[in-house]
Amino acid sequence: MTLDARHIVFDNVSKFYGEVLGVNKVNFSLEPGITSLVGPNGSGKTTLMNLLTGLIKPSHGAIYVLGLTPQQPVEFFRQVGYCTQFDSFPPGTNGYDFIYWPLRLHGFGHNQARKLTNEALERAGMAPVAQRKVAGYSKGMRQRIRLAQAIAHHPSVLVLDEPLNGLDPMARAESIALFEAIAKQGMHVIISSHILEEVDRISDCVVLMSSGYVVAEGQIKEVRREVRDHPMQILVRCSNAAKLASAAFELDHVVEAKILADGQSVLVRTRDAEQFSLLLNKIVSSGLVEVDAVAPADDDVNSIYQYLIGSDGGPA
Amino acid sequence: MSIQESVARAQSTLKEQPWRLFASQISILVRNEVRRNLFTRRRIWVYLLALIPVIIILIHYFLDKNTSASQLEEDSFVLAGIVQLYYLRLGIFFACMGIFTWLFRGEMVERTLHYQFLVPVRKEVLVVGKFLAGAIISIALFETAVLACFFLTYSRLGSTGRSYVFDGPGLSQLGSYFLVTALACVGFGAMFLALSLLFKNPIVPGAMLMGWEAVSPIFPAWAQRLSVTFYLKHLCPVKLPVDGPMAIFTIVAEPVSPFIAIFGLLCLTVAILVLSCFLIHRLEVTYTAE
Repeated sequence: MTLDARHIVFDNVSKFYGEVLGVNKVNFSLEPGITSLVGPNGSGKTTLMNLLTGLIKPSHGAIYVLGLTPQQPVEFFRQVGYCTQFDSFPPGTNGYDFIYWPLRLHGFGHNQARKLTNEALERAGMAPVAQRKVAGYSKGMRQRIRLAQAIAHHPSVLVLDEPLNGLDPMARAESIALFEAIAKQGMHVIISSHILEEVDRISDCVVLMSSGYVVAEGQIKEVRREVRDHPMQILVRCSNAAKLASAAFELDHVVEAKILADGQSVLVRTRDAEQFSLLLNKIVSSGLVEVDAVAPADDDVNSIYQYLIGSDGGPA
Repeated sequence: MSIQESVARAQSTLKEQPWRLFASQISILVRNEVRRNLFTRRRIWVYLLALIPVIIILIHYFLDKNTSASQLEEDSFVLAGIVQLYYLRLGIFFACMGIFTWLFRGEMVERTLHYQFLVPVRKEVLVVGKFLAGAIISIALFETAVLACFFLTYSRLGSTGRSYVFDGPGLSQLGSYFLVTALACVGFGAMFLALSLLFKNPIVPGAMLMGWEAVSPIFPAWAQRLSVTFYLKHLCPVKLPVDGPMAIFTIVAEPVSPFIAIFGLLCLTVAILVLSCFLIHRLEVTYTAE
């Protein structure tokens, strides 16, 4: 793979902690936009982010962020902001100092650093409590002050490890809007999260991880194509679920037909959605069953994730 | 000026003047580390290490009323013994162990080291900044303690003491004690900083270092030059009349000039700091392993 000033490149990256596998043979290239890392605890998401930002070093392979590596920290960390999952802070610090002093280390003068600090505090909604000690913050506030620090120097690459953890719905919505706004400016935003619905909605690209391996990577629809050998799920709401399920079972390509708890819906897993649609048309025109709604049940990250690794992708 | 313009301007300035950036980063690191580590409850035992002789001399100040000339000589030996046998061998040694190993290892324990690694600061600059902060803290503490010991020792003797300090060798001895104390902080500090980057738990290697510093006089001259106390002994202004096994701590087998002693110790310190700069590149932020 080549050094690229726009992309984030993982070139055959592996990380082992002694005998324990962190991530193995990771190869991908990310374009600007929002990329989500999805996987259960221990799947290697944080390891991948720590490798990306140089907190740990790869056992094999190389990582390039906009053509730079963490071995060039002065140039690298002007471009990269990382909001880690570590919920710890320098003792005795307040919210303002927590952002101001790292900016001074970037080389900004007092006035510039003050301006950037205030701007970051405003963007993260932390300005009113900036002078309070971080030790007295709630979990959500600590999450937001870390986010403020990560975005304060206007990085081109923003890496966020579980950034929505501990946030109330309002703060979560505001954070997501902030990520989208940053991505629209042509920046990279890399997010790991267990909240799949939200990740699904805002992501331009997903990287699915399991046990240290990248099991799929690309746009959601591309990832879906990668797993087209797996049966597709279709949810049908109808007047007679039992009759529909029994008719579906007669088709060879239907793997499963499950009547859901409401008694009005059938979840069908089929290898040939087109043939199943024809069956539905036939049933409806014969008047045996009235169909209220038909919807694909698996065009989101969560269901793709189920296909891929046999788990719901929720917190382990 | 807009924020975007500020960012662009700062970045272009930094590209053109990296040394100015490094100097400013070091001063910020030193400021933050000193603020964080000088006055903290975690350092109470270090303050005690520095203050124990001061307290003992203070008690002596009030209890012993003998101010004769012979007492002056005896008190000068006692002060020399405190500096050479207590401060250099124990007090500064253990204080540096606590202060300098905590600079990186402490941040691992408190899970805050990643903040230092996620800013545009070269790792070498980080090592130098933290080392200077540790040196400032330890030197400030122990120079203050030595000054207090010196003042209490000679002020108790009234005019005899004043005359010894201002008309005799007193002030020059004080200068030597300051120099030896500062060099001890710098030398031991560099060693413990390197040990903290080599070992997760620097207690055992610290004990080995202490053993080495104690027995190094029985080794060949070239090996003695790898010990901090080898250089310090040459700079102590008062030769202690110590006999028996304790003489190993004061004996100077191969005398060298003060210039060589100072230069040698500074070279040793710089060499260890260069080693630390290599070691820091191996350090990974894996808090779970701590």
